[in-house]
Amino acid sequence: MAIDWQHFTPWSALAGGALIGLAAAMFVLLNGRIAGISGVLGGLLNPTRGDIGWRVAFVAGLIAAPLAYRLFGALPVPRIDAGTGALVLAGLLVGVGTRYAAGCTSGHGVCGLSRLSPRSLAATLAFMAAGFATVFVVRHVIGL
Amino acid sequence: MQILTSLLAGLVFGLGLLLSGMADPAKVLGFLDLAGAWDPSLALVMVGAIAVGLPAFALARRRSQSLLGASMRLPTVRRIDRRLVGGSLLFGIGWGIAGFCPGPALVALGMGLAPALVFVAAMVAGMGLFETIERRRARERARPPLRSP
Repeated sequence: MAIDWQHFTPWSALAGGALIGLAAAMFVLLNGRIAGISGVLGGLLNPTRGDIGWRVAFVAGLIAAPLAYRLFGALPVPRIDAGTGALVLAGLLVGVGTRYAAGCTSGHGVCGLSRLSPRSLAATLAFMAAGFATVFVVRHVIGL
Repeated sequence: MQILTSLLAGLVFGLGLLLSGMADPAKVLGFLDLAGAWDPSLALVMVGAIAVGLPAFALARRRSQSLLGASMRLPTVRRIDRRLVGGSLLFGIGWGIAGFCPGPALVALGMGLAPALVFVAAMVAGMGLFETIERRRARERARPPLRSP
């Protein structure tokens, strides 16, 4: 294993993480809910009365974040290397997988681990392991 | 009020994803690439998030109502089963293919990036597929067993 010191950004990672934690803290203490993005979004596909507004608002906040970020500084430009076919396949897997697992990086990773939930730890270990294995296969076995 | 706090939480969450680098698939894949030039930054995102999350959830657990008077809805399921592990594995494979998980994909959509739109559309379709399968299974469970003539 070789560490990529050139791209290592410990301070922005910690500070950004703290903001994510702050958002999850606000959401549970004010709204009494878990800030799990796949659950918030997925719940819109099976809506019940009084359950739509806050979900739409949360998603709108995420989508509006780049706009707000520009008030503080230059927006980092993400690099997306995956082609259309890979994006469709990846999106389908993420959509189905997170709903069966009842959570993703935010719901199980951030909130679940903060709650010290063994179930969320199991989910986090599983999706991290699958992520590591997939990148290994794609980059070092297939060699894309 | 809760709509407003929900919007604000989403906004702060998205700012955190942007600042931390999670919204950049190339950086996420650099973290997931243990055998290549490994960028450990995203491990620190989790450290920062959990450091703030721990005391907040410890406080939330002791309350039955939120500060705004909403009922506290913390997960009660504790089962570690095939759905949880299998779903997480599928999610991890998708995450490793494109470098997007749900939150960052929505943030990238807000930047007006076409690949993010493709990913989010497919992700919502995947969530719809889950709903369709689950509804069909619920209907089949509810139906009385067929009687032979």
